Amino acid sequence: MNKTVTFRIWRGDAKGGEFVNYTTEITEGLVVLDVIHKIQATQANDMACRWNCKAGKCGSCSAEINGIPKLMCMTRMDTLNTDKIITVEPMRAFPSIRDLVTDVSWNFRVKTKIKKFNPRKPDAADGTWRMMQEDVDRVQEFRKCIECFLCQDVCHVLRDHHKHDEFIGPRFLVYTAALEMHPLDTEDRLPELKQSQGIGFCNITKCCTKVCPEHITITDNAIIPLKERVVDEYYDPLGWLWKKIRPQG
Amino acid sequence: MATNYETHEYDVLVIGAGGAGLRAAIEASAAGVKVGLICKSLLGKAHTVMAEGGMAAAMGNVDDRDSWKVHFADTMRGGQYVNNWRMAELHAKEAPQRVHELEAWGAVFDRTKEGKISQRNFGGHRYPRLAHVGDRTGLELIRTLQDHGIHQGISVHMEYTIVSLLKDGDRVVGAFGYDRERGRFRIFKAKAVVVCTGGLGRAYAVTSNSWEGTGDGVSLAYHAGAELLDMEFIQFHPTGMIWPPSVKGILVTESVRGEGGVLRNKDGKRFMYDDVPENYKSQTSTDPEEGWRYTQNDKNAKRPPELLTRDHVARCINREVKAGRGSPHGGVFLDIAWIKEKIPNSAEHIKKKIPSMYHQFMQLANLDITKEPMEVGPTTHYAMGGIRVNGETQATNIPGLFAAGECAAGLHGANRLGGNSLSDLIVFGKRAGEYAAKYAKENSAGKINDAQIEAAYKEAIEPFERPAGGGSEGPYQVQYDLQNMMQANVGIVRLQNEMEFALAGIEKLKARAAKVAVQGHLEYNPGWHTAIDLKHLLTISEAITLCSIDRKESRGGHFREDFPNKDPEAQKYNSVISKSADGSMKLRREPIPAMREDLKQVIEEMK
Repeated sequence: MNKTVTFRIWRGDAKGGEFVNYTTEITEGLVVLDVIHKIQATQANDMACRWNCKAGKCGSCSAEINGIPKLMCMTRMDTLNTDKIITVEPMRAFPSIRDLVTDVSWNFRVKTKIKKFNPRKPDAADGTWRMMQEDVDRVQEFRKCIECFLCQDVCHVLRDHHKHDEFIGPRFLVYTAALEMHPLDTEDRLPELKQSQGIGFCNITKCCTKVCPEHITITDNAIIPLKERVVDEYYDPLGWLWKKIRPQG
Repeated sequence: MATNYETHEYDVLVIGAGGAGLRAAIEASAAGVKVGLICKSLLGKAHTVMAEGGMAAAMGNVDDRDSWKVHFADTMRGGQYVNNWRMAELHAKEAPQRVHELEAWGAVFDRTKEGKISQRNFGGHRYPRLAHVGDRTGLELIRTLQDHGIHQGISVHMEYTIVSLLKDGDRVVGAFGYDRERGRFRIFKAKAVVVCTGGLGRAYAVTSNSWEGTGDGVSLAYHAGAELLDMEFIQFHPTGMIWPPSVKGILVTESVRGEGGVLRNKDGKRFMYDDVPENYKSQTSTDPEEGWRYTQNDKNAKRPPELLTRDHVARCINREVKAGRGSPHGGVFLDIAWIKEKIPNSAEHIKKKIPSMYHQFMQLANLDITKEPMEVGPTTHYAMGGIRVNGETQATNIPGLFAAGECAAGLHGANRLGGNSLSDLIVFGKRAGEYAAKYAKENSAGKINDAQIEAAYKEAIEPFERPAGGGSEGPYQVQYDLQNMMQANVGIVRLQNEMEFALAGIEKLKARAAKVAVQGHLEYNPGWHTAIDLKHLLTISEAITLCSIDRKESRGGHFREDFPNKDPEAQKYNSVISKSADGSMKLRREPIPAMREDLKQVIEEMK
């Protein structure tokens, strides 16, 4: 069944921009990204939009649809009220490049500052390790992340308070949690988490968990356990005393 | 003048940042040379993320009868013996080490009960062989390489497109391209260049490939003088989504069948039992009960016919649809929900084993695969052919130019087995990085030729200078027309006259592409990028069509209705494409070198 819809799309770049309305016809079974592509091919050849897999696996087409951070490729048109104008704008927590494309390079820089995976010695003579499935389930949940950065976009510490220099955001707390909870890893990342990476800024509003397209329970499973580890390490008076007086070596 | 462009200098430049490119970059930087890495998209978004099922490596964790010999024989049988046997040997021998290496870099594979890396069944593999992480193994691979690679001192250039390889005499000495964000052109000087640009599915209308899969590397290498091999062998994956229309072509992983999913026509019949090829009969069950046991890792059971090789399954689906026995939207049914008869909490089991398929259908088609069957049909998935390389070093016939991964040819012959792609990336990505670094250490930097750069620049920005209207058109319509033509005429079932029609059509489209006009600016302009990709799409389409017309038999991914059988004589050669002095594309048949005696014996033993 064909239907006419109007998209209100933000067009512009770092210097500024405006919303432009595009009216087009849609057929059954489309997602928002299809409609963007149709407008691009027929009305606005130069409209910038980042996308790759169109199957919710690469995390490239993040945008704000009617104000909610989502993947355009996984938002079916029949989940939106097409009688009203549909607003599509870029992620607002990152600088604009053009139209729907934002500069997410900060995320890539943050990741390089987190200490890399550092495994214990192999368990078997042939250089391999043994891990039980139940011990890796949690880490596998975190490793589902497709780096769409929607959690970073919605996080008020970044979006509203612009703490990009002091806080790494939910994506990289999940990344750190995956490393810290990896059964083979021997590294300690708690000092940075507490200081330069600013885990204390998160006040667990869980907005990140709500927008995660991979349904990772970011706050409960990753951030809160990391906060607990930091608290145990630095703010537990009995633990502090024990570390001072325990026999060394 | 060329001096106006910012220049980056590297020892090794890797073009493409999927599994093969990342692995090559890691290996080269570990060898102590300066490495640049070009990503067409953002780092970690390459099409490798779409790989679902797993990576094949004969570790023998689930079935200790497995060994490199069985893997080698399976790969050759699947490729119908036109593979580069040396590559198939190295691949089978080295894949286990490469997988273990990933674990050392932080990959978290699914486990066996003993805590080892688990392995699953897949089409054409005799034993459970695919290391996997649910059905998102490609994401695990690319993220592991990415997270390891960013600490290696590799210079990463994201969202760059290469428009031309630069040459000094016969040798490749760099590349010229632009950044998508701003449209600024850059020179990349390099002592060695590794092309790892992946696939070319975008030459077809129905494909599992993303917009990036336009065969850039194959075309760049060809225009720089490299030979292409076996371009007729295109894999049409049997199970792509077909409904709703917007998702047509998106992959439905073979793991659905590996975990017990079955194919049925509209009459509910498991049609795969009707047609089992002779050379697979001894390995294939005739009893559905035995087939089910096979998917549940019963070592004594034979595989169900749904797990025959992809080329065969795709053709059987095609046949059912053409005979009017298809599903409502022109495919067949793939049913995993039926396993509720066998497993008590089957819904949870399915969500655990193939979670992203569950979400993909739930979100895109509003269909619960734990309750209802999916509708699926063939989709253009993978190019077995590509740049011709030396099996050990991944060097092309052009000094300084290497290639690995999907854009390189040889390993898979006429048909790739599922799971052999991810292992291909890490085995030959590593080798390409190693030998490119060696080449860079042994050779000094070449000279960059300004005239070449200016010509490439002029060609790239020409679409802006053509006035809109007056005989010119936008790039999208040309692209659509090419895709539809290739789909209809050089697709899953091929005929001489249709392919000749396509070959003539390509010439007409070339003329249209030369007049394409784009508007706007250089910054992140998708219309312009599409115009640039057209050259690559047309080049590879011509190569595919030429090779397909020439091979007068059916083998693997190349099926001809007018020559439906295999010709034993045609098993003795590969198709080789090269660019002649006058710029035209020429094709020759080249004999396949005789296989080493010990490998022949392996194949005999495994029959």
